[in-house]
Amino acid sequence: MSDKKKKRTIIRTVLLLIMVSAIGYTIYSNATAEKNVLEVGEKAPEFVLTDLEGNEHRLSEYKGEGVFLNFWGTWCKPCAREMPAINSQYEVYKDQGVNVLAVNIDQSEFEVQSYADRYGLNFPIAIDEAKSVMEAYSVVPLPTTVLISPDGTVTDIITREMTEQEVAAHMESIKPE
Amino acid sequence: MEQIKCQCGHNNPPGTDLCASCGRPLTEKEKRKKLADMRYEGSARRSQTYNKSIVDKVWNFFSSVKIGIAIIVAILVAASIGTILPQQLFIPAQGEEAVREYYADVYGSFGAVYHFLGFHDLYSSYWFQALIGMLGISLIIASLDRGVPLYKSLKNQRVLRHESFMKRQRFFGAGEAEPDALDASAQELENMKYKVRREKNGILAEKGRFSRWGPYVNHAGLIIFLIGVMLRALPGFYIDESLWVREGEMRAIPGAPGYYLASENFEVTTYSGEGDEEVYGEALEEAGTVVKDYKTDAVLYQVPEGSPPGATDNLEKVKEYEIEVNHPLQFDGYNVYQMDYRLNELSSMTFALTNKETGESRGELTVDLSDPQHIYELEDGSTVELIGYYPDFSGFAENGEPQTATPIPNNPGFLVEMTTPETPEGETSFIVIRETVEPFGENEYKLTFQSAETRDVSGLVIRKDVTLPILILGGIIFMIGVTQGMYFNHRRIWIQEKADGTVLVAGHTNKNWFALKKELDKTTETAGLPPAADQQEEAKQKEKEGENRYDVG
Repeated sequence: MSDKKKKRTIIRTVLLLIMVSAIGYTIYSNATAEKNVLEVGEKAPEFVLTDLEGNEHRLSEYKGEGVFLNFWGTWCKPCAREMPAINSQYEVYKDQGVNVLAVNIDQSEFEVQSYADRYGLNFPIAIDEAKSVMEAYSVVPLPTTVLISPDGTVTDIITREMTEQEVAAHMESIKPE
Repeated sequence: MEQIKCQCGHNNPPGTDLCASCGRPLTEKEKRKKLADMRYEGSARRSQTYNKSIVDKVWNFFSSVKIGIAIIVAILVAASIGTILPQQLFIPAQGEEAVREYYADVYGSFGAVYHFLGFHDLYSSYWFQALIGMLGISLIIASLDRGVPLYKSLKNQRVLRHESFMKRQRFFGAGEAEPDALDASAQELENMKYKVRREKNGILAEKGRFSRWGPYVNHAGLIIFLIGVMLRALPGFYIDESLWVREGEMRAIPGAPGYYLASENFEVTTYSGEGDEEVYGEALEEAGTVVKDYKTDAVLYQVPEGSPPGATDNLEKVKEYEIEVNHPLQFDGYNVYQMDYRLNELSSMTFALTNKETGESRGELTVDLSDPQHIYELEDGSTVELIGYYPDFSGFAENGEPQTATPIPNNPGFLVEMTTPETPEGETSFIVIRETVEPFGENEYKLTFQSAETRDVSGLVIRKDVTLPILILGGIIFMIGVTQGMYFNHRRIWIQEKADGTVLVAGHTNKNWFALKKELDKTTETAGLPPAADQQEEAKQKEKEGENRYDVG
């Protein structure tokens, strides 16, 4: 008799737990509205981009090194303000295993090239023509900077303008040991 | 709590009203009733039996039909509140602050309160979803608590019932019968598609038992439906994205990794009001231009398996399709719908290099706005060098640099240097539509706008709903359950011959008593059984007569 009662309590508890957690999870994932969004801690999605000089950049080839991925556009004013900071920190960290790749969102080669010339940008710049990398990294506002650690995980996503100190700190954080 | 042992020897769980085996009343309350309460066959609803631990209390809370109805009422009330004012999704404002202001401005203080209480986004509020979840729990627990004991008692029911059980059925008769009445009635009942079981001196004829499962099947359908709705929250199950693609452009399809869509052509047709469409003439005059159809000639591409985003040189063409309203492009569970459009975005501009004084042209150049070139060489050796291109020119910065507001060519500006054999030094000019600025003094040459080409932009929506088959399945099961419970009924007839030769007849059904009465009467007539009377009707009749007498008296 008491065995039966015990069994019943266990069954009830298990059923209630299953139902409550299923509902709780549903409400939680509805609350965190945006679906299919890249989050910090996830593995950075693989991509292949060709920069203005014709060099191919494949994320997996940078394993063991940090990747500073900056999404930008020529019309974006905060992008223009942080570009010089990224450029000068690029000079500091390029020999310390931190790669900078600036990804332009589908603008013409002429616009991107003349912009790079005007600001004297030395780091590689690629154009995401079909917006597929932007899609894979679920980039919404510009600028968006994604920090990828040497083991290939996303360690931070910055969706605003950065100061030179911040750029330096971010590059430091993804420097290989 | 102890099991209740019936006189017939059967052990019943505590809370049982009628013995599951012989049908004797087990509680005082039940014994006092003239007619047996046949709901759930008098079995113990599980919820009423234990009420000790917190788990049991929670369980019993959800098992209650009253609570279930209260939850349904709460959902109905909440859902109707959500229809008083348009939901956030359907108002033109965006952003938290703007939405708040919109409600206050458009709907006054009522709107402000409505927004304050969070009713502007009611259906995705956590409490509304919690209510739906509670309804799901209530459905599952209430069904388990009632369905399982009901199933058990119907499965275990005996042919021979105790006299007291038969007497307390709505249809009951007792008396003398023809000698082979039992055989004859078994035969007759079988003819009427009853399932007949015989045991010693008794018969149990039964049909349509499955109709008793109707409510449970129907609840199962609802639960499957709710699970389907729940799955939408999981990544990959439900995708609803939008995509703008220009003619001649290719875009990665959001929500569908590895797929790309190119637009070759977009077309919009409007009602002309002529010919066959003359009938619409009056309406068109009132409404102005009315769109008849719009469509995108799309090409779907896919990257080979394992090819990462970014590389677009190895795309494989999947199919070409004309996306039209209500005719979505379909692939791999996705639907791409034609939703919106923007017409006439500049795509290229043609200029002539002309001498300002003589008006003589040195040749023309066409700038493709999606791919401007650095140097344009004209036939006679003149060149136009593009120094800067600003697709949406918005003014000059403090340092004199031209600015662009967006990447869309709404107001293209060009900074150029023109060189001709006559002016080998080069002349700088900044051109926007209808305006030319010569920053370094008067020029001899200028670029004269000749013509422009435009292209259209298609607004597409990408949807994928893996849950749809689950929702449909839930709906179908729900309807099966409703049909089962509504259009069929569970009829039972018990016949028993007592040792002294008296024959007892009792009948029960969960609905449609009239049909049972007919079948019972037919059996009685053919087999020569004692007639069964409707005890409920008799009781009512007596009551009525009593009232009448009182009136007269």
